[in-house]
Amino acid sequence: MPDATNSVVIENLVKRFGSFVAVDRLNLAVRKGEVFGFLGPNGAGKSTTIRMLCGLLKPTSGRAAVAGFDVARDPESVRQNIGYMSQKFSLYNDLKVIENLRLFAGLYSVPAKQLEERIAWALEMANLKGQENLMTRTLPGGWKQRLALGCAVLHRPPIIFLDEPTSGVDPISRRRFWELIQQMATQGVTVFVTTHYMEEAEYCNRLALIFRGKIVALGTPSELKHNSMRGELLLVECEPLGRTLEALQSAPGVIDAAVFGNALHLSVEDAANSAPIVNSFLRERGLTPGKIEKIRPTLEDVFVSLTSESAAEARTQ
Amino acid sequence: MSLTRLIAVARKEVLHIVRDARSLGIVIVMPVTLMLLFGYGVNLDLKGLPIYVYDQEGSQQSQDLLKHFQSSEYFHVAHEVDNYPALTCALDDGSAKMAIVIPWNFSQQLGAGGQVQVQALVDATDDNTANVLMGYAQAVVQGYGSQIQLDWLRRRGIAISTAPVSVETRTWYNENLESSAFIIPGVLALVMSVIGAFLTSLTIAREWERGSMEQLISTPVTAMEIMLGKLAPYFVIGMFDVAVCAFLAIEWFHVPFRGSFATLSLSSALFMIVVLALGFLISVLAKNQFAASQIALLITFLPAFLLSGFLFAIEQMPPVLQWITRILPARYYVSVLKKVFLKGTPTAMLSADLVPLAIFAIVLTLVATRSFHKRLE
Repeated sequence: MPDATNSVVIENLVKRFGSFVAVDRLNLAVRKGEVFGFLGPNGAGKSTTIRMLCGLLKPTSGRAAVAGFDVARDPESVRQNIGYMSQKFSLYNDLKVIENLRLFAGLYSVPAKQLEERIAWALEMANLKGQENLMTRTLPGGWKQRLALGCAVLHRPPIIFLDEPTSGVDPISRRRFWELIQQMATQGVTVFVTTHYMEEAEYCNRLALIFRGKIVALGTPSELKHNSMRGELLLVECEPLGRTLEALQSAPGVIDAAVFGNALHLSVEDAANSAPIVNSFLRERGLTPGKIEKIRPTLEDVFVSLTSESAAEARTQ
Repeated sequence: MSLTRLIAVARKEVLHIVRDARSLGIVIVMPVTLMLLFGYGVNLDLKGLPIYVYDQEGSQQSQDLLKHFQSSEYFHVAHEVDNYPALTCALDDGSAKMAIVIPWNFSQQLGAGGQVQVQALVDATDDNTANVLMGYAQAVVQGYGSQIQLDWLRRRGIAISTAPVSVETRTWYNENLESSAFIIPGVLALVMSVIGAFLTSLTIAREWERGSMEQLISTPVTAMEIMLGKLAPYFVIGMFDVAVCAFLAIEWFHVPFRGSFATLSLSSALFMIVVLALGFLISVLAKNQFAASQIALLITFLPAFLLSGFLFAIEQMPPVLQWITRILPARYYVSVLKKVFLKGTPTAMLSADLVPLAIFAIVLTLVATRSFHKRLE
């Protein structure tokens, strides 16, 4: 099934573990050369999906094609075309940096002629030049992640799958890692990356928000922010937060309320109308609100709004 | 099958072994330790067993009988005592394995031509030793008895030099009847069980435990390449250890080696494949290093130790156990080892052992290959 525009095509993909549905009828197409983000809380089905796409888990039903090859029927062809970085660091700690690179070069059958050049390139990219003989065990977290990425792309695969590549890594290393990902994308590599860091999602060309095995929203970061929220968003500053939140749950016109930092985000039908209503509602209850203003939603707002909707739907069913 | 990928896996496995003090210790120290332990520590020879004597008479004749005991290499007359409680005490505390009591009327009865009974009290805690002791004691006393008869006949002018019928024995294969020659060749089977099954049982389980398996199987490397690449270094190590053990057996313990090194190598290679495949299979199924190592010891080392004929003769086991030994690869290898070392049996005559070994090697390799899938479930 050669596809000129899509690197990954997923149709009605389902994965069940016993009675637990980890991935529930997923449909998705990832375009060539895009950085595609898979965003969701732990246990939403991100890793399960990525493992199916890498041929590591067999789908219960539905199908998925990576680089044009069916993941269930032809996992070996899929593996020739992908680089994969699993969630848990899984290189060999008792091997040196260079030995890990040589190992994966061998596993990917990098031709002997190109071996040194590829390894040099990977070291350069991962910013590990001169550290070849360090024992992998001794590397800081961020270096390990870059080495893992280097090992996964030694054979220059057209598609790379990164499962929470930056979890447990300091913010500066995280930023550097994302620069690497962007760099690869500009070279035409398709990057499929999962994360639960909202701010990282902004780096992606397109995003899928996944919750309880289902995609609840799909689009570019700005599309999601503009189109996926029901209504508008009000920022409310009022102390104490806990009592305010409790009170506002039952305020007229309020769809949802959530704590963000030291303020509340209220999702309402119409921000201009609701602001004075909320103000007087709070004052009637002996609270003195500070700032009440309309704000542009962040991805986190979108996510909270969509997941609470989805959870509410699940409850009513 | 790609040689590049296989070599990549094998090279990494060698690095793991070299950098892990524990595996390195097992590879180098364990074979030598086991050889020394069994070479020196386990001795089934019964020689110089301590006996106590209570000679109630103290006559010329009774002392003659005692000399017979003293001159036998199987006995060591530790003490002569003059009362029963001292004998009982010696048997109780283990300082004597047997006590001989010569009655007060020993010479008198002999002179009268009657039958004399000498009492032997035997510590039969270890029934095997007790049986052997009784046999030896019987032989010593009979030897003394027949000498008296001969003297008696000679004094009456009937000249007979020895007893009319006697057994002339020649011991073959293990001429000096040394148990070390019987035990040491079998130690090779123990060493290989540990190297093959115990060490390899850890390799796959370790990858699952550390999470590196997920990365490994996401690459194009095939299940077969992973298996062969992982096992190849252990095969080399196993064969090296066989060489070390054979060298120690021949040069240090002077166990005769009468067969061919080709036969030794062939049978060792077959047995090595068997234990490697078993270890791999255990590792795949257990997915956990601790469980894998326990299972490996339980199903390879223990049977090799107890049921292979290494120490205990299979022919003397109950029929059910004898039947069970047929499904133990170690049994066939131990049998080959003993024949190759002591008898020098030609390879062609070893087919009863080599064919089953080969069948085990093929079947277990196939099963091990099938058992391992590049999937996470």
